[in-house]
Amino acid sequence: MADKPIQGEKRVFMTGNEVVAWAALAAQADIMYGYPITPQNEIMHYWTRMAPKFGKRFLQTEDELSAGFTTLGGVLAGRRAFTATAGPGNTLMQEPMSMAEMMRIPSVVVIQQRGGPSTATVIYSQQEVTMTAYGGNGEGFRIVYSTGTHQELFDYTIKAFNTAWKYRFPTFVLGDGYQAKMRESLTIYDPQDKGMEMVKTEAFIGKEPVNGIKEPNHIRNTYNTEEELFDVLAKYMEDYLKIAPEIVEYQEFDCDDADLVVVSHGVVSRAAKGAVQELRSEGYKVGYFRPITLRPFPAEQLRAVADKTKTLLLVESAYGQMAKLVKDAIFGSTVAIENLFKPGVGITSEEVVDKVKGLL
Amino acid sequence: MTSIPQMPKSWRLETKPHKFCPGCGHGLVLKALGEAIDELGIQDKVIFGCDIGCSLLAWDFFNVDTVQTHHGRTTPVVTGVKRANPDTICIAYMGDGGGYAIGSQHLVNAAARNERITAILVNNCNYAMTGGQMAPTTLPGMKTETSPYGRDIKEAGYPTQGPEMVAAITRDGSYVARGTIANLKQLKGYFKKALENQMAGNGFSFVEALASCPTNWRTNAKDTWNFVEKEMPKYFKVGEIKNPAEKEGE
Repeated sequence: MADKPIQGEKRVFMTGNEVVAWAALAAQADIMYGYPITPQNEIMHYWTRMAPKFGKRFLQTEDELSAGFTTLGGVLAGRRAFTATAGPGNTLMQEPMSMAEMMRIPSVVVIQQRGGPSTATVIYSQQEVTMTAYGGNGEGFRIVYSTGTHQELFDYTIKAFNTAWKYRFPTFVLGDGYQAKMRESLTIYDPQDKGMEMVKTEAFIGKEPVNGIKEPNHIRNTYNTEEELFDVLAKYMEDYLKIAPEIVEYQEFDCDDADLVVVSHGVVSRAAKGAVQELRSEGYKVGYFRPITLRPFPAEQLRAVADKTKTLLLVESAYGQMAKLVKDAIFGSTVAIENLFKPGVGITSEEVVDKVKGLL
Repeated sequence: MTSIPQMPKSWRLETKPHKFCPGCGHGLVLKALGEAIDELGIQDKVIFGCDIGCSLLAWDFFNVDTVQTHHGRTTPVVTGVKRANPDTICIAYMGDGGGYAIGSQHLVNAAARNERITAILVNNCNYAMTGGQMAPTTLPGMKTETSPYGRDIKEAGYPTQGPEMVAAITRDGSYVARGTIANLKQLKGYFKKALENQMAGNGFSFVEALASCPTNWRTNAKDTWNFVEKEMPKYFKVGEIKNPAEKEGE
């Protein structure tokens, strides 16, 4: 059996899907369950090539329902288990993830967004924001990281396992087909060599007896009375609100004196960043804000920005899915809101620059 | 002297009497299963997964690790457990709707992959928890809430013959049988063989258990028993369909 998958750190040039497989290996994931769907397939391709060398397992299931529920079984057995999906597969994934929410199962799912609704396109969109953050018949007791670069895909895939196991909420890495399929440079590393400890996993069921005595565990997602359910959910909400400030991540720059702040997430934030830098160099007072966690959302931080500036320009490859999160976060603010929405289509920095110039 | 009815050691006494309706077949199926677990001495290794429908009422039935899942999804959940921790002995417990309708793709594919798990399916010819609708196993002509004039095979097709289907799609190593609450000793024997088959690492094991539902059948004790013992086996043949252990002995 080979040693650690990565010794120290290494500069590499690879696709995002390959990055995710490496990150899962580096995070000491034990098993992946998956079902083919574009654009996430190569996560499975790389995992199935590399994982057996390190004693890791893979199961190809019959559909995403099964991929999600087998993942939950793996997690319940105390293993760092994960799956990956996209689009219509993400739709099916919502059923198992609602069980994960109800039972506080620390599952990890990587989503590579594709066009929607329905089968739509296989490459790219930011149209799975609402579903990933609030899907299923639930309350959105989830953690969602929206990545923008391959380095982040690596960093946040590792982090997702720790977040899930530390806080016991299902955790998602929200990428997209552009990130999945394009190649770029990044540094991969062994987390322990960097002083990062992986949060210890624990079996919910199938634990070994202690001193010959086995205390069986009974876990369920069904409740008998309304009050019983309410008590459980009230506790979950309290937990979620308490930990949210520890989890929230965002980036901002040049917001203090800005007349307009561009708000975007994921891969689109790269175009937004380029646009803001270019506009600044031309003397425009423009700022940049990017939520990294879409759930929980950096609401306070964005509200502070909204209170300082005159206009927020919301830019995303969807008809306002991030915009809903933004408006909810800054409710009551009088800041003007402008949109650049291109559902299922990439957005360039030139488009953002033109839009801003038309507004200022 | 008072005599206390003998309950299996693996039963959880704090949750007895159980939550099933009077006359329900689940209690008997779970008694046979409890005795099988006791006799094999595997209580500490069993993972019991239960489905939605009346089977969910078994969520705190045994003193074994238990996970109650979603409708139809017990097979993949325990498959996930078994794949992640092969030292466990995994049981997926479900009804006819969970196994043959909403979760049929999971049953078919777990069988085709020869998953080392034991699936137990209780067949009572209807969706009982939701109020007695037509199930994949509702007999031709049988009245239910969604077939009030009787199941019309021209509209609804024939009842699913699950063990026969599982036997047809599995290859070497699978154990398949259909038992009935009308013969508990035989049913317990099937459960034991199904669990032993998993423990030996041979492959998928599947047992369907014919069971009663007087609440939704709207039958008295005599008619209930008559239906289970006489009517159901006319369509659903009781017996072992596949047994790898016998093959070895040939």
